[in-house]
Amino acid sequence: MSETTTTSLSMRKFQKVCDILENYEYNNSKLVPILQEIQEEYRYLPEDIMTFVASSLDVPPAKVFGVATFYAHFALQPKGKYVIKVCDGTACHVRHSSALLDAIQEKLGLSDRKTTTDDLLFTLETVSCLGACGLAPVVVINDDVYGGQTPDSVVIAIENILTKEAHNE
Amino acid sequence: MKSLTIDNRIVSFENERNLLEVIKKTNIELLTFCYHSELSIYGACRLCIVEIDGRGIQTACTTKPEEGMVVHTNTKTLRNIRRTTVELLLSSYNHNCTTCQKNTKCRLQSIAKNLGITNVRFKKSSAIPKPIDLSSYAIQRNPNKCILCGDCVRACNEIQGIGAIDFAYRGANSQVIPAFGNNIASVDCVDCGQCSRVCPTGAIIPRSEIGGVWKELDNPNKVVVAHFAPSVRVAIGEEFGMPSGSIVPGQIVSALRMLGFDKVFDTSFTADLTIVEEANEFIKRKEEGGVFPMFTSCCPAWVKFTEQHYPELHQNLSSCRSPQAMFGSISKKYLPEMLKIDPKNLVVVSIMPCTAKKMEARREEFKTDGMQDNDYVLTTQEFATMIKQCGIQFNTLQPDSFDPPFGHKTGAGVIFGNSGGVTEAALRYIVEKVENKPLERIEFAEVRGEAGIRAASLTIAGEPVKIAVIHGLRNARQVIERIKSGEIHYDFIEVMSCPGGCIGGAGQPVYFKPETRKNRAAGLYNADKMLQQHKSQDNQYIKDLYKDHIGEIGGEEAHKVLHTHFHNRKRIFHEGVSIIDTNTAKLTVSICVGTNCFVNGAQDIMKQMLNYVTEHSLENIVDVKANFCMENCDHGPSVSIGTEVITKANAKKVISELEAQLEQITEMA
Repeated sequence: MSETTTTSLSMRKFQKVCDILENYEYNNSKLVPILQEIQEEYRYLPEDIMTFVASSLDVPPAKVFGVATFYAHFALQPKGKYVIKVCDGTACHVRHSSALLDAIQEKLGLSDRKTTTDDLLFTLETVSCLGACGLAPVVVINDDVYGGQTPDSVVIAIENILTKEAHNE
Repeated sequence: MKSLTIDNRIVSFENERNLLEVIKKTNIELLTFCYHSELSIYGACRLCIVEIDGRGIQTACTTKPEEGMVVHTNTKTLRNIRRTTVELLLSSYNHNCTTCQKNTKCRLQSIAKNLGITNVRFKKSSAIPKPIDLSSYAIQRNPNKCILCGDCVRACNEIQGIGAIDFAYRGANSQVIPAFGNNIASVDCVDCGQCSRVCPTGAIIPRSEIGGVWKELDNPNKVVVAHFAPSVRVAIGEEFGMPSGSIVPGQIVSALRMLGFDKVFDTSFTADLTIVEEANEFIKRKEEGGVFPMFTSCCPAWVKFTEQHYPELHQNLSSCRSPQAMFGSISKKYLPEMLKIDPKNLVVVSIMPCTAKKMEARREEFKTDGMQDNDYVLTTQEFATMIKQCGIQFNTLQPDSFDPPFGHKTGAGVIFGNSGGVTEAALRYIVEKVENKPLERIEFAEVRGEAGIRAASLTIAGEPVKIAVIHGLRNARQVIERIKSGEIHYDFIEVMSCPGGCIGGAGQPVYFKPETRKNRAAGLYNADKMLQQHKSQDNQYIKDLYKDHIGEIGGEEAHKVLHTHFHNRKRIFHEGVSIIDTNTAKLTVSICVGTNCFVNGAQDIMKQMLNYVTEHSLENIVDVKANFCMENCDHGPSVSIGTEVITKANAKKVISELEAQLEQITEMA
């Protein structure tokens, strides 16, 4: 059963890539939005897919690689289902955002080098400013904003996600 | 005429490209890394900064001259900034000048010297050294010496239209690398080496084979013969303080003898031979209604480019081997008998202006019994190094003469080194042969010149013949696309990859000024004038070679020894995208989505195949892959099912083959 699910998933993703390219009419000046949409599908940019994009758009693969590595938004390694962004801008920093980072790392067994959990559930990133300084320190998990966080409250937020995920399975 | 002020002097200007070019007119040449008059303006190195009243500090290369502008090139602030910029480069750069191949030719070195930098105030970068890329026979990359000026990236894109290397990552992590950090041999590099020609440091340099050649010269049992290309004779003098364009074939012969070479021949001899074969091929195609345009095939980077990008043009390429390849072939075949030596003791060393010739010599078609016909290929630069290693005072050498029989050439074989030279040499043959009377004029000025794309129309025996001469693969692509769209037509097209042809090759002494290339070109046309004969068909030794060994021009032996064939060649080495990604597959369907197959309908086959697999719930049995090239480009789209390869495929064909194979699998089960 699970085999069928994964196979059709990978096929569905590839067909989506073909659709994305078609929607942009294979226009190589749209490389960035094309890569953005592809990343939404895969949660990162797999090398073979970037090569396929380069070949379909008739641009050198080195160019696609250059663009993909230039923007921090693009990931070359798979990201977790939940991306946790800890703001470390000035306002958040003076309000002890680093303590939040430490707490999350400890909870998820992550470090500055290892930023994604083995089960591909969480990826932890720091960002320079989320523009929500009034809520400092701020953490964003996917599209949800958590303001005025403490090490305890952010761990609770993660535990809630873990509970939700356990129920889903 | 408009004018502006530079350092308190009024300077007039007209259509100068930028302020930098106007400043040059005042006898000031601002130091730059990234400015090449033949490449686009980039403004990366920040060394050509000037102060403009009312505008502050600007880079001269990116600023358009304007009426009344007041420009300062030498202020305290500017001197400080330039100094700091170079010091910062030095702090992150691996500078072990004495052991660097670019020593004394390095622009970073000369700029640091010119700015009087004797001390670097910044802490040296502690970055972990990156590995040196030795994957290519043509060039080697040392990323630790890269200053990120982007010259190589622009040369690859703007001259050749390839883009084998590009910037990746950002900020302190920026690098210039091939796609996905792979090595240069596993991308679509054509080995032209123009990146190494423009590289201001030792980050990209031609790969050296000097060690191997010395080993052969040191072996008393070996008979080591050398042959050198036309453009070497008008460039090597630059390495020894002679003006560019000095014509020094005799001195080269002397130097080669002093180095210990047993025989010295001339690649121009086989250039003459190439003309005889190639011109006849053209005449034959005209008579028999063959494929046009006929493209030249002497430039190995161009040949590799067509193999990767335009496989459908293979029948258009002349099937003649290049002069280097012909030389290797006839040497290994006929020289042992002529010199009365054991074939296994013969070593052929080719001296070329070119890095791609190193790759050409290693092509399977140019090997005999697994051994390269040209055992070693040295660049002009490497040859100059060998001369220097022995302390030979090249500029004061007495000229010496070539050895017979492969040392005799006509002027036609010498002008080969210029863009337009092959065409002119071919015309000297074709016109005389077709019109069947002695040629009145030997110069075909209409095909000479410097522009990257030149066209000429001639009337030969009452027939119009349209000719194009191209240098730079980006220009070639532009012309090919226009031919394919039916917009233009040519009968004969010469393509050389490097700017100006072989004289501008990446193996030549490093040059920055366009005048250098002009002087070399003038040198070759003068060398032609100085020779007694100007038409390949007049070369007595060529006639003898046909009489004694090859037989008929374009005949059976000629085809074996002097002609070749071309391959479809992948330019993406990635193994492909696994679309269904099942590990229980009993059958793999691989659909080529490389450029040629893609435009011929691979996408549709892919869609229908995936639909078929889903509709019949075959996801656990059939794996579908997108493959980047099966090297079947001229018969695309290609699809493989199991071990069966289907060319000129369509969805119907592919699905019926899949059904047949599935049936077999079920029967077996």
